[in-house]
Amino acid sequence: MSEFLDILALSVKSLVSQSAVFFALMGVGLNLHFGFTGLLNFGQIGFALLGGYGVAISVSMWGLPLLVGVLIGVVASFVLALLLGLPTLRLRADYLAIVTIAAAEILRLAFRSTPATPVTGATRGLSGFGQDFYSLAPFETQRTYEFLGSTWTGREIWACLIGWILVTLFSLLIWQLMRSPWGRVLKSIREDEDAVRSLGKNVYSYKMQSLILGGVIAGFGGMILVLATGSANPDQFQNANTFLAYAALILGGTARVLGPVVGSMILWFIIAFSDAGLAALIRNGLIPDEILSAPDVANIRFILVGIGLMLLLIFRPQGIFGDRREIVLDAH
Amino acid sequence: MDHERPDVLRSPHPGGRGQWAARILVVAIAGLAVFLGMSMATQRPASAEGETIRVTLATSLSGPIEGVEVTVTDDSGDEVAQGDTDDKGRFDAELPGPGDYTVTIDADDLPEGVSAAATERQVSVAQAEVERPAFGLSDGSTGGGGGAGRILQLLVEGLRFGLLIAICAVGLSLIFGTTGLTNFAHGELVAIGAIVAWFLNVDAGVPLIAATAIAMVVGGLVGWLNDVALWGPLRRRGSGLVAMLVISIGLSLALRYLLNIVFGGRSQPFSDYRGQRANDYGPVSLTDKDLYSIAISLVVLVMVALMLQRTKIGKAMRAVADNRDLAASSGINVDGVIRFVWIVGGSLAALGGVLFGLSDEVSWDMGFKLLLLMFAGITLGGLGTAYGALLGSIIVGVFVQLSTLVIADELKYVGGLLLLIVILVVRPQGLLGSRARVG
Amino acid sequence: MPTDTAHPLHGLAWDIGVAKPDPTIVVDDMVRSFGGLTAVAVEHLEFQRGCITGLIGPNGAGKTTLFNLLTGFDQPNTGQWSYDGRPLGRLKPHQVARLGVVRTFQLTKALSRLTVLENMKLGAQGQTGERFLSALLPGWKSQEREIEARAMDLLGRFKLDAKAQDFAGTLSGGQRKLLEMARALMSEPKVVMLDEPMAGVNPALTQSLLEHVKNLRKEGMTVIFVEHDMDVVRDISDWVVVMAAGRVIAEGPPESISQNKAVVDAYLGAHHDAPLTVEEEEIVLAEAEVAIAAQQAEDADLPTEPTRGL
Repeated sequence: MSEFLDILALSVKSLVSQSAVFFALMGVGLNLHFGFTGLLNFGQIGFALLGGYGVAISVSMWGLPLLVGVLIGVVASFVLALLLGLPTLRLRADYLAIVTIAAAEILRLAFRSTPATPVTGATRGLSGFGQDFYSLAPFETQRTYEFLGSTWTGREIWACLIGWILVTLFSLLIWQLMRSPWGRVLKSIREDEDAVRSLGKNVYSYKMQSLILGGVIAGFGGMILVLATGSANPDQFQNANTFLAYAALILGGTARVLGPVVGSMILWFIIAFSDAGLAALIRNGLIPDEILSAPDVANIRFILVGIGLMLLLIFRPQGIFGDRREIVLDAH
Repeated sequence: MDHERPDVLRSPHPGGRGQWAARILVVAIAGLAVFLGMSMATQRPASAEGETIRVTLATSLSGPIEGVEVTVTDDSGDEVAQGDTDDKGRFDAELPGPGDYTVTIDADDLPEGVSAAATERQVSVAQAEVERPAFGLSDGSTGGGGGAGRILQLLVEGLRFGLLIAICAVGLSLIFGTTGLTNFAHGELVAIGAIVAWFLNVDAGVPLIAATAIAMVVGGLVGWLNDVALWGPLRRRGSGLVAMLVISIGLSLALRYLLNIVFGGRSQPFSDYRGQRANDYGPVSLTDKDLYSIAISLVVLVMVALMLQRTKIGKAMRAVADNRDLAASSGINVDGVIRFVWIVGGSLAALGGVLFGLSDEVSWDMGFKLLLLMFAGITLGGLGTAYGALLGSIIVGVFVQLSTLVIADELKYVGGLLLLIVILVVRPQGLLGSRARVG
Repeated sequence: MPTDTAHPLHGLAWDIGVAKPDPTIVVDDMVRSFGGLTAVAVEHLEFQRGCITGLIGPNGAGKTTLFNLLTGFDQPNTGQWSYDGRPLGRLKPHQVARLGVVRTFQLTKALSRLTVLENMKLGAQGQTGERFLSALLPGWKSQEREIEARAMDLLGRFKLDAKAQDFAGTLSGGQRKLLEMARALMSEPKVVMLDEPMAGVNPALTQSLLEHVKNLRKEGMTVIFVEHDMDVVRDISDWVVVMAAGRVIAEGPPESISQNKAVVDAYLGAHHDAPLTVEEEEIVLAEAEVAIAAQQAEDADLPTEPTRGL
């Protein structure tokens, strides 16, 4: 029983800890791209990679202050959006999907490659860039705290706090934008671009603005991730994580401001619960070792997410909070 | 008058949800049974879970290099493992735990004409991880052949690679052409084929050729299952193409990580045809299996082309890909044609997977690696055209191999991906496609 | 109507490419071809300001392509056209729309997942709230209120005000046509190009649609519309342009068109005087036999035989 409570506490911690924050930020950006504008961006993790490495490289390799690192991360995401968007925003949805996924994979392979070692640390990645960030905390980050039934390090609390503040700020931003005529144009683009053009709006420009803003938000997600985990590593930025973010977004409800936030929290609760639960079952011998062993548990989460995504889209594409009439993924 | 197409939720049959739930349950149980069966049947060596450093020394000309002394020391300088590479050029060092280690090879043990760019490497091994340090071996064959020789070599290697991409991509292109689905799970069809063949070959000792044949049957079955259990019903419901695309992504994720559990995280070779020496054919050197790969690919692709051109079913496939409604109204059984496309696609993907596994080892994520190159191939050739897929894939394969002239080997896929992006920007309909499809 | 002597187009020659007294859109040597097929080849065409011009022709005549070319949705291979004397060159569709030339589509593009009111508000031009930075500040609210008032007024005129909060996807086909027209008017255009505004519309609604189109003329707008229903065309057009196979084959006031041989040819095909039924064919044959017999009789000076009854 106490083991179950431990698992529960761990899962509750995951509700608000760094993974949930990271995917919430990725999801907020994706919601802007996909939920509101109808852009099928499958390379969102690439933006997070640039944001995270922007901070990591600037601070640990080039010795720049944190703020400059953040700026570099933002600029890098901005540039990626431009590079991706300029040639492809006039293409059909599935072409954009393929290009963005290819771009994210190119980035990961490039950052991971041996020639890049002097800048990115290749497969080992970078570490030791968090001091400035943690020195900003108004409380003692070296010790641990009891919070929500589990143990947190001061560093974790600070990183997650900043992360959730960012999530709130960006969500408010999106909320304000989508209530405005600017947001209305985006939603219309999602419906029918030619109609919007015939009414005098420059569709290309709006799509680009959406791509840039959503990409920069994901960049901030990457920054929080690397600061919270203390390392920037190419394996954190594999393409499967984009789809985890999509799953979180669809679960919470696309085109709903809180959709990606709630979806991310619930998704990570489920993942943490299943991870810990399976680990416990294996440890206690309830699942024989031949079927599943401890390192496999991490893979189960992706299987769950993959199946979950399929089930969501087949049975409840509006997710938890979405409006059935406004289902983003339907027949066109 | 425009009609509202039915949305993803609305099913034309009353009690549709119950039907759906039953279908999913049956497939899930079947899937679970297969998964459990495979897990229990496969014995993985106990050391597979520990931290390991694996050194593989081989060059294309000399083949695997045996008898080279390898030493592994930990970060306090204590020796952790020492030994010689075996007849497969391999030495596995089991480590006491995760951490930083130094791996050294004895350059004196290297054969004549082979040199190493580095004889000592630092590696960081994470928990349960396998690290493979590279020593940059070169056998001087490139120097001897001169620039043109190397280019020709890469061209031929690229041809081999491109042909196997083509075999995998034909199915993907035909599925897109006949159903409009951009199947992100196609890479997993390739991986499943390779992994099934691997288990048969390595665990059950079935000769590779027979294992491949069986794998192709399994591949066809999996393709058929895809259409029968998932895509067919979704199409009948009127699901949007974007929704189906994202569903295919979910499927791809689930399958890929399932393969990770079943097969493990490392790449493994087949047990047949290992350690072949390359033969010289003029300026080009190829192993026998490379040669057979090219030959088999060519034969199969020609057969596919003949089927598309000459047979009734082939013509029906082209008709459906061209204009589904028109084909239906001329009496073609569209659903049957689509099912056939899936079976053929799955079968070919399995073959492609085995061929890729022969040259590059079998791994759980080989599907995703190939998927992007497949997309590159079929967009270059023209989405939806079968011949375009062939042509485009070969060009992509050659491009990827030739790109190693200017970029590091580990980055050669990047070249292929960049090509994909450039094509989509400059000529999205590809070489053979029609402008109308682009949107 | 041009029959009225005060009408600006009164007395104008019924020639293809005839110059209009006050043209707003002028097209010169415009050619658009796809591969080997010429979709549009117009030597000279002028549209009179403030009048309703109907654009008719069989399917595939190039009418919608011409619309696309004039509004920037497509680019011609050669040719130029101007609006109010200003050459339009290679403008993008949204730039053409901003100049005051607005179009609707053959397949209605009502934005289904927006409400009717949101559809309408989208139509307004020059909204400060549509700029990214301005959207973040509250400054656009007052303009939004004006736009909403205007929208509700227009919706009232089109009898769609009760539906303002409903999703556009729930409207019937005819209501969506009305919405698209009303939405186009929100941008306060000077030229309105309607692509088959009556297609698929419930006959009961057609009359009110026609009234709305006539109102546009009353308010000084130039209207160009594509239609297949000849009654509609005759009812509201001041001028009719007939296209076939990409070319303009006739121009003139509505009553001139149905007599025009070229027009009839275009619709019915070149052999329109060939017999259409077996009976007609027999009659034609019989008449021909009589004519031959009469000719032979004349030649031979023989008494003519009575014609055989049919």
